[in-house]
Amino acid sequence: MSDRGDHQVSEQIAAVKLTAITKRFGSVVAVDNVDLEIADGEFFALLGPSGCGKTTTLRMVAGLEFPTEGSLKIFGDEAGTLPPNKRPVNTVFQDYALFPHMTVEANVAFGLKMQRVAKQEIAGRVQEAISLVRLEGLEQRRSQQLSGGQRQRVALARALVNRPKVLLLDEPLGALDLKLRQEMQGELKALQREVGITFVFVTHDQEEALTMADRIGVMNEGELLQVGTPAEIYEHPVNRFVANFIGQTNLLDASVVSNDTVCLANGVHIPGKSDLPVGTRVAVCLRPERAGMHPPEEVPPDQQSVVGRLESVTYLGNALVYTVVLDWARLEVRRENQPGGYRPHVGEEVAVSWTLDAISVVRA
Amino acid sequence: MSSTVQPRGTTKIALTAHSWLVYLFFFAPIFVLIVFSFSDDRNVGRWGGFTLEWYQDFVEHSQLQNAVWVSVRVALLSTVISVVLGTLAALALERFKFRGRKVFDALLYLPIIIPDVTMAVMMLLFFAEFFDILESVFGWDAQKGLGSITISHIAFNISFVSVVVRARLAGMSEVLEEAALDLYATRWKTFRYVTFPQIVPGVAGGALLALTLSLDDVVITQFAAGPGATTLPVFVFGLIRRGVTPLINATSVLMLTASVILVALSLAFQQFSGRGGRPSLRAARQAVSAPPTTNTQIKEGIYQ
Repeated sequence: MSDRGDHQVSEQIAAVKLTAITKRFGSVVAVDNVDLEIADGEFFALLGPSGCGKTTTLRMVAGLEFPTEGSLKIFGDEAGTLPPNKRPVNTVFQDYALFPHMTVEANVAFGLKMQRVAKQEIAGRVQEAISLVRLEGLEQRRSQQLSGGQRQRVALARALVNRPKVLLLDEPLGALDLKLRQEMQGELKALQREVGITFVFVTHDQEEALTMADRIGVMNEGELLQVGTPAEIYEHPVNRFVANFIGQTNLLDASVVSNDTVCLANGVHIPGKSDLPVGTRVAVCLRPERAGMHPPEEVPPDQQSVVGRLESVTYLGNALVYTVVLDWARLEVRRENQPGGYRPHVGEEVAVSWTLDAISVVRA
Repeated sequence: MSSTVQPRGTTKIALTAHSWLVYLFFFAPIFVLIVFSFSDDRNVGRWGGFTLEWYQDFVEHSQLQNAVWVSVRVALLSTVISVVLGTLAALALERFKFRGRKVFDALLYLPIIIPDVTMAVMMLLFFAEFFDILESVFGWDAQKGLGSITISHIAFNISFVSVVVRARLAGMSEVLEEAALDLYATRWKTFRYVTFPQIVPGVAGGALLALTLSLDDVVITQFAAGPGATTLPVFVFGLIRRGVTPLINATSVLMLTASVILVALSLAFQQFSGRGGRPSLRAARQAVSAPPTTNTQIKEGIYQ
């Protein structure tokens, strides 16, 4: 019994735990009262626009900034004001920050050398890390002689060779071009599974966060707005900002009438679940790919709809995006480019429709 | 390929002639100096046939030799001290925020801006007062000499060193230092293994500049020197008053040679990393600008 209890406790200790963390730079509040728990082994993304405080949060975990207020624990140990060289975390910096006067090998060995690991062990572990990121044969190169993707691998090896308990990555793919970025997304995820340690990465690219992360924390203006799995965040954003920031979306102004009805801005009551108080101003979030489109008189009976005029059609190849204008809103509908089906012309009256499970009601 | 921006015709001829005139203006006196240092005639302006007599005189002149050694010792000592202090000042100004930083920054430039004579008078007054205090408090009767010259050279060299080192530091990303700290380096080890190797060209350039300035200085040294010791340029200056012989030409040629070598080394050091970095940067850019086309090529590119 007690064995099992201990085991449970150790499982419950968060890799990183922020409690009421605030960081101020002079009068500027960079991070505002953030609570966050990141579990051991998790691939966690901090997502937000530039200046939202995500990088400052990461830097506080790394020890490169100290929190103004609050508690920061790494595997249960208070680390708020520990210097970076005393923390069991390592960082992959945005532009990799490889030491230009050292070879790849010396860069990777640096952390072990500073920890006074025995020379023989260093050699073995450096080789291991270099082969983990598949850089064999480049040991004697300098960072200027490497491509962007290779530098990123060196930065990863240089951090992972120390076997940190948490790996922090600051916009790890930001400096790479699109194709390479997509390749590396898969690579990073595979690497994280292989080494099994907690990865916390910062990105402003919502697609990157959705693709790679187990859970995402969305930040804006220093506040942590929502934490959840990619599906939770995409399908049930907590507010207008999150809904807008993650993917494309249509937001219809509305207010809460009851816990399963909202009143749209045009006065029509539609079903919409929320636990917000009656009268709260909200937005109905309807993703373009979840919206249907029909001639006004042919809307299926189980669907809600609004009627507007088709303003334009954007041809994307694999899909078409229809822009429908109402006198109080503007909606985008995305349809897969499949043969047959309803193809209205610009200027026609169309109904944009949805089923109850296609929408979510978010705070405005 | 000549672009339309390039001068043509008479403009080109006039510009070329102008640059030759400038060079003539610069180098003719030096040429004359060098030629007459080999002249076998006591009169400095008259050619009396080739001789190395004056260079031999230079080697055998005990007071001159004395002055050379004072110069060398002052230069080395003041360079070492001002490089340490100047580098520390540069680090403080470039890396740390502290109260009075801007004032310190402005004051540090002062020795570069103020005229040598002003600085010299300041030194003279300073040493007079300082030695008075030494005598009245400790009963130590200090004299101007090697020590006072060295101190006055340190005073102006710190500024030059810190300016050169700062330029180098400003070009170095602070992130490298953060990376070192993140990789378990202490602050000292971060400096030792990351910051210092990065700024070495600046430090070396600053050191050679300081060495040159110290070896060449006349005005400030003259006020800080005492009966005990004097530097080569100051001694030569004194010799001139007693009549100019080709000995002075020979001495000047040797000083000139030493200065040119030091300045050339200083420039070479400051550009050192630039030259080292650029070709490889070009290679990296080439690698990026010729993107692989197929998927396998991309993979090969990454895994190589």
